[in-house]
Parts: sequence; C-alpha cells; structure tokens
Amino acid sequence: MLTKRIIACFDVDAGRVVKGISFVELRDAGDPVELATLYDHEGIDELVFLDITASHEDRNTVVDMVRRTADRVFIPFTVGGGLRSDDDMRLMLESGADKITINTAAVERPELISEGAHRFGSQCIVVAIDARTESDGSMQVYTHGGRRPTGIDAIAWAKEVVDRGAGEIMLTSMNTDGHQDGYDIPLTRAVSDAVSVPVIASGGAGNAQHMIDAITDGRADAVLAASIFHFGTHPIMDVKRRMQAAGIPMRMEHADYDDVL
Amino acid sequence: MSDPRLADLDVIILDYGAGNLRSVVRAVVRVGARPDVASVPAALDEADVVILPGVGAAADTMHNLRQRQLVEPIHEYLAADRPFLGVCMGLQALMTVSEEGGEHACLDVLEGRVVRLPEGRKIPHMGWNRVEQRRRTPLFDGIPDGAHFYFVHSYYCDMAEPEDVVAVADYGADVTAVVERGRLAATQFHPEKSGAYGLRIYRNFLLEHSANGAP
Repeated sequence: MLTKRIIACFDVDAGRVVKGISFVELRDAGDPVELATLYDHEGIDELVFLDITASHEDRNTVVDMVRRTADRVFIPFTVGGGLRSDDDMRLMLESGADKITINTAAVERPELISEGAHRFGSQCIVVAIDARTESDGSMQVYTHGGRRPTGIDAIAWAKEVVDRGAGEIMLTSMNTDGHQDGYDIPLTRAVSDAVSVPVIASGGAGNAQHMIDAITDGRADAVLAASIFHFGTHPIMDVKRRMQAAGIPMRMEHADYDDVL
Repeated sequence: MSDPRLADLDVIILDYGAGNLRSVVRAVVRVGARPDVASVPAALDEADVVILPGVGAAADTMHNLRQRQLVEPIHEYLAADRPFLGVCMGLQALMTVSEEGGEHACLDVLEGRVVRLPEGRKIPHMGWNRVEQRRRTPLFDGIPDGAHFYFVHSYYCDMAEPEDVVAVADYGADVTAVVERGRLAATQFHPEKSGAYGLRIYRNFLLEHSANGAP
C-alpha cells in the first residue's frame, strides 16, 4: 500500500537554513545539507528546500547546496524559490533535485507550468499554492510569500495547474501557517477533492494529531512541516508511530546506509 | 568507500537526455563503483554493466534513444544476455508498446504493454510503496520483503510473462515493481531515491555481475 509522506521543509537564505534550529548533534546546524542528511537518517520521507534569498542573481550557492545534497541524501528532494524559467528548472534538476516548485512565477505566467511539464515531465513539477480563506468564505490565491492577493479562486487555480501539467500541489494556508495549531482542513480537503494529483498539506503543523487530521479529514497525500521537527521536540519516527497507530500507512522501516552497504 | 569487487567494474550509465542522471550516478558511486556516463553506442561494447535510467514519457525516451542510435546496440547487448539494469522509464522502454500519449513502439525486449494506472487514486503514483517480493533473488539480498521504495509514474507495465515479475506494489492494480530475466533486471521505482534499501539494489546487482561481466 502506498504510504503517506512526511516532508520536512527548510527555508534557505544565502545557503543557510533560517528559523532557529537547535540540534546539538550537528556540527553546523545552519548547513542545509547537514540537516538534510540528519533528517534522512531519522526517517523523513522527502525534503523541500525553499530558497528565500532576496536576490536570485547568484544561483551558485543554491546549485552547490543541491549538488552536495544529491551526493549524500538518497531520498527525493524538491527545490524552489525564485525559479522563473525552464532554464532555471533545468539547472536545479541537472544538479540533482528530483522536483522543482514554482509559486508566484506560475501565477504570473501559467505557461511556465506547461513548459516545465513538457520539457521535464509532470512528475517533477510541483506547483505551490498559497491560499487564504477570506471572511466571506472564498478561498483566494496569494503570491509573493503570501503578501499579495490575486483575486484568483484557489480551487479553480488548483484545477488549472493540473490541467497545465503539474504533477503535485503543495498547498499552504495563509490562515494557519506559522501558528502550529493545525492545518487548514477545509481548504486542504477542497483542493485534494478537486484535483487528480497528490496534494501536500502545509502550514500549521504543531503535532502528530494535526498530521493525522490533514490526511484523514483533509485527504492530503503528504504533510509538510518545518518548525516542529527543527527543535527536536517531535522526533520523526515518534510522529510516524502515532500516525501509524491512527491507521495511516507509513514507511516505518529505515536502515542506515552504512549498515546496509 | 569502495568495494574492491566493484571498483574495477566497467559500469556504463546511458545518457540519452533524461533528467535524473546525476542521482543515479551518485547512487552507484555511493555503493563503491566508478560509473562512466556515456551516450555513444560504442560504450556498450566494453561495458560490464549497463544502466538505463530515465524519467518522463516513453515517446521522448524512444525518440532520444533512436536519435543517439542506441536502439540496435541495446538490442544486441541484451540478446547476448549481458548485465543490464533499467530504472523507471528504463523499465518501460523495454516493453513492446506504451500507451502513454498515444501508441508508441518501445524496445520490445519484454513482452507486454505500458498502460495507464487504474482510475480511483491520485495519479501520478507518487511516494513510498510497499514492495512485495514474489521470488527471492540475489537482487533482494539484505532487503526485507515488504520494504518500501519510492515510485513516481502514471503508467505501468502489464507484463505478458508474469514469471518475469519478481516483485509488485499495490496501487489499484498489481503494479510491476521489479522484473528479472536472465541478466536483465529493471525496476519501476527509483532505487537511487529509496534510501538505504534502494542503494542495496544497485549494490546487489553490481556485485552479482562483478565476477562475470563482458565477454
């Protein structure tokens, strides 16, 4: 049976992971590659790196990070942040990323989705959607890190990105993001029911129960979290055990590379 | 780290313009071999092991293989039962015909059709799925039955010869996960993205063929 995935997300600024991370066992807790290696070791299913560097003029830092990650981490990882052309995508994929994610650039120029899907295959095109449930109950797409309303309906947009070739949707709720009080279940469910591709729930993870809710009630195919893992208070395998106990199929076995090779 | 049995193996990873080449190269390096990436037909002559990776669509893959004049050399290589590992599209390309985006003739090394996954579930089939081993083979040394591997695909191989299917995964159908016939093996999942057990697949395959490579 296909398992549900837990995905860890790192925000990376100029090659360093931002948001406080306090792992004592790491030599350099700000190094995204060291963190990725640790999370892989601890049983994470997938990783996302979001480059939040203000200027995307210099891609070398990100390319270096992607290459070093591909050298050491043998689980899937996605890279996003400031990718605006299919050449930008190609650079990341050739450096070793398995998927790329686009958000604002896709809203500004939806053809970018089809171009990427045509050139590299839908399986590596993840469209990130930031959405907010407004006071009138409508669900609106936001861009520019959730700061700018677009007037676009989130469900209609989700369907469009799939029609254009997105292989997966990473859905972040602006209502719940950052509060660690649970994912936005109605939004997640509405989007997941509306599209044929997998949906990753994002925004609001505070504990294992939130992840269970996002999957059982929100019908998410994967759950993304950042902060709750970064402080070591919720070990990944503990979270997985709770999810499995709730009846969710999870990948529980995990071997160390050195033990198996 | 390098296993002395693997360090001298001539491993060729075929580059025909597919996307995930670097991941496959890094995985093969991690298990201790020193692969070469090649896109010319002559590279198959001296190879001990050939790996055909791939993501994307069957039509593009076949187009690229033809353009690089790799179709005949691959046929000759496989007809001689030399060690060959196909990964994802590298499995599907071996089939008779693919229905992805129309009807596309493939290499016709394995009889059967590449068909759309059944409706009713999210497509692509994306993530870690439990792989049930139907037959214990050296490819699974050190890998427990039911271990999970990472899949990303929308079409799967409906094999005419079920005895060649050594492992399956359930996704609304018994999805062909691993095929073996002679010294040909191929996986629908991505071993290079399936953690330690995935790397073990590469190691097992290379070790199995380290003693008796090219004629």
